[in-house]
Amino acid sequence: MTLFEKIWNAHIVRAIDKNRDVIYIDKHLIHEVTSPQAFDGLRSRGLGIFRKERILATADHNVPTLNQHLPIEEPLSRLQVEKLTQNCTEFDVHLYGLGHEYQGIVHVIGPELGITLPGMTIVCGDSHTSTHGAFGNIAFGIGTSQVEQVMATQCLILERPKTMRINVNGKLGKGVSAKDIILFIIAKLTAAGGTGYFVEYAGEAIRSLSMEARMTICNMSIEMGARGGMIAPDDVTFEYIKGRKFAPSGTRWEEALAYWKTLYSDADAVFDAEFSFDAADIAPMVTYGTNPGMGMRISDTISLENNSESNIKSLAYMGMTAGESMIGKKIQNVFIGSCTNSRIEDLREVAAFVTGKQKASHVKVYIVPGSKQVEIQAKAEGLDRIFADAGFELREPGCSACLGMNEDKIPTGEYCVSTSNRNFEGRQGPGARTILASPLMAAAAAINGEIVDIRNYLN
Amino acid sequence: MEKLDKIISTAVPMPIEDVDTDQIIPARFLKAVSKEGFGENLFRDWRYTQDGNQVADFVLNNDTYGGKILVAGRNFGCGSSREHAAWALADYGFRVVISSFFADIFRGNALNNGILPLQVSQQTLDEIFKTIENNPNALLEIDVEKQTLQINDKSVTFDIDPYKKVCLINGYDDIDYLLSIKNDIEYFEKNRIFSL
Ligand code: SF4
Repeated sequence: MTLFEKIWNAHIVRAIDKNRDVIYIDKHLIHEVTSPQAFDGLRSRGLGIFRKERILATADHNVPTLNQHLPIEEPLSRLQVEKLTQNCTEFDVHLYGLGHEYQGIVHVIGPELGITLPGMTIVCGDSHTSTHGAFGNIAFGIGTSQVEQVMATQCLILERPKTMRINVNGKLGKGVSAKDIILFIIAKLTAAGGTGYFVEYAGEAIRSLSMEARMTICNMSIEMGARGGMIAPDDVTFEYIKGRKFAPSGTRWEEALAYWKTLYSDADAVFDAEFSFDAADIAPMVTYGTNPGMGMRISDTISLENNSESNIKSLAYMGMTAGESMIGKKIQNVFIGSCTNSRIEDLREVAAFVTGKQKASHVKVYIVPGSKQVEIQAKAEGLDRIFADAGFELREPGCSACLGMNEDKIPTGEYCVSTSNRNFEGRQGPGARTILASPLMAAAAAINGEIVDIRNYLN
Repeated sequence: MEKLDKIISTAVPMPIEDVDTDQIIPARFLKAVSKEGFGENLFRDWRYTQDGNQVADFVLNNDTYGGKILVAGRNFGCGSSREHAAWALADYGFRVVISSFFADIFRGNALNNGILPLQVSQQTLDEIFKTIENNPNALLEIDVEKQTLQINDKSVTFDIDPYKKVCLINGYDDIDYLLSIKNDIEYFEKNRIFSL
């Protein structure tokens, strides 16, 4: 059996037909944007939350990243965040709201608090729920109707997806990170290449990654259309979980560990699709278009092959020309944050690179930690001072310029090198032009004021 | 959920690929706390300029085309899990979206809101685009029970999951089913192999 099948089968409450099961959900994470209509639904049906110990709320999408101690200025954002608080109070849902030491982007706080564990089923009304799969669980995004279903029954009616394994063999080169691996894979398989599949990532290059880097990979599974991504748990996983706030301890830990060690794809497991890549082929990546599949190695030039109407429209939006190199492209903004790359390792890597350097004067840099815990840790390590010296601004946690629901928007027509996961038209603000890259590539762009190949700036 | 069994309508052509949920309904319009009124902002940034003027050549602003069916390029609905995209389409008045490929989450969200994501071959899709272009008043006829789409006196069949088909024709929601099996759910909780 595959890892996916083992976990899925352990959660079947009832089979509906040969492709469709009622699946039990272990953890349900909610946030302010996709929950209000679900609470309304419960209210109109006269229902409550079925299993309160399995649901957890935080405010992340709308929150300002400056002066979080003050009331939210933007009235609609304030209303949505207040509504979440009211709903959580009324339905007795545990909430890490604004100002709480555990508040943060929903996909950052689950893992760091030991809520995200191997073998679970985890859902959230947010497509990047795939992030949690890095721990060897089935985690995926759902719509608001399904949020309501899980609140009311702790279950979902789901079609069993096909399984895909992606192997990344060999060792990564200098300056190449988890973000580059996943951008490379999506560029190869396209933005729709994973549709209908649940992906397991395997191979030496994946095994060599830290938990935080593995989360970056699984996070972007959805960008190739996959339902989710997962990585079999190993000692790196167990080491990361041990001792975290809500992780099991004592005999529960021993029991859990014994179970988790059975979670891997058997040697004779059959996948519906399988791909293999060589880590040596991967270089630092950038995107040049308006979907995450439009990525290329920094050493390459924008493809001349695709003449579709969509591609032409996309390049025009981005102000790019087929055949050109991205190196030397002047940029105006850098955003380091989002559930893809806003964890403490990302911030440490950026700080190490920018120590003693200054950002280019025309560039605005946002560094937005993924959670309050990351912010506290960054300050404890003095990273905030390194950032300040470089002219970078360390803000307070939230989704921020990843989707521009708060004030952090990129002005029309300007470029932003972003460590987030989506370069859709207008994602970072109307008319904004997003170039996705790793934290190191983003930091180097901030210092140089233009896109550079990070490998030329590392010792 | 509103039932959908048969529909005869003209269609709106949008031959753009990879239409993502941020285009269907930009993130800044996700601040609502109810399901109403999203239709106004459907395809907002393609429909209006930043000063709020209509973009003349965008298809929704073109009186030549109308109807309850949207025909779109490959990989429609990719991106986020926001059900707001389905709400916006439904609120605007679309009951069917035809494409040669749909993103997974969008497909599920559409079905949960009484919208049929109707997948056809690339060739059929191209034919539909051509037909509408030649005759904006061409009628498309969709029969969910028979799983047929009729255009130009030609009929093609489409796939739909048997369970979802019953839900769509009768207007059933998943939640009604789940609530009816509470005993099974409690039994599962007591008897599962390992639980945290
Ligand atoms: S950081 Fe961006 S991608 Fe992640 S949950 Fe927030 S809005 Fe979504």
